[in-house]
Amino acid sequence: MNHLNEEAESKPQLKLEFEIKERDFSVAGEAASKVKKTLQQLGLMPEAVRNIAIIIYEAVMNVVIHATHGQLKVIIIPEQVTVLTEDEGIGISNVELAMKEGYSTAPLEIREMGFGAGMGLPNIKQCSHKLNVKSQVGVGTVLEAIVYLSSKDRKS
Amino acid sequence: MTLGEMVILLNFETLTGEVNLDKEVKSGYVSDLLSDVIANIEEGAVWITIQRHINILGVAKLKDIVAIIIPRKLELEQEVIERAKSEKIAILRDFRPAFEISGLIYNALKRG
Repeated sequence: MNHLNEEAESKPQLKLEFEIKERDFSVAGEAASKVKKTLQQLGLMPEAVRNIAIIIYEAVMNVVIHATHGQLKVIIIPEQVTVLTEDEGIGISNVELAMKEGYSTAPLEIREMGFGAGMGLPNIKQCSHKLNVKSQVGVGTVLEAIVYLSSKDRKS
Repeated sequence: MTLGEMVILLNFETLTGEVNLDKEVKSGYVSDLLSDVIANIEEGAVWITIQRHINILGVAKLKDIVAIIIPRKLELEQEVIERAKSEKIAILRDFRPAFEISGLIYNALKRG
């Protein structure tokens, strides 16, 4: 599937990439923690760092729970942070419904672990300025979330 | 209040030894839904949950959680405890249910 934001790719950037495997829950926390640390080192304010970490955790968790495998890319340019997950898997048949808080298709054993409560996409939406989800049933899903950065998001 | 002071005051069981006992506890949060915790817990908090699988540590690390508190004396796997020690996340345990533990911690933090 095509990247939804080609423009961000052509500017000077910092790019972090992670492989995501089915049911590898630990990667969500690890990726989010690693990016969080990088953003803190870059001098971003806690609020922006918090939002980006939540987006990453939830987006990766969606791949872990629902897809067979995928990648996470985090692209950092001075104006914005783009979180991109691309996966191969069952896809989402109704993206609008999936955006609804509490709607979930996660299996019972996943829910018992406290995941799959139907809060992932709503959380991502709340934490990002722009969110695109493109999915094809039986093929996979591309999620792109953008957090714009202004001067008040940076420590002087 | 430091975690160590809280442990002594409320008589919690420490499963991870000395880990984080010197850390300041700023607030608390109770939830078993990881998305809810990720979105809403404040940094420097204690987290009361009955979830005991290894992935709670990822959440704790990401949110700089000082301690995870397990109610009703529920059992934990040794692997989780050992990993928590190496990741510098305290795990406490208590015989009381989550509701009572929350009340006690709330009052303790309010008094300062």
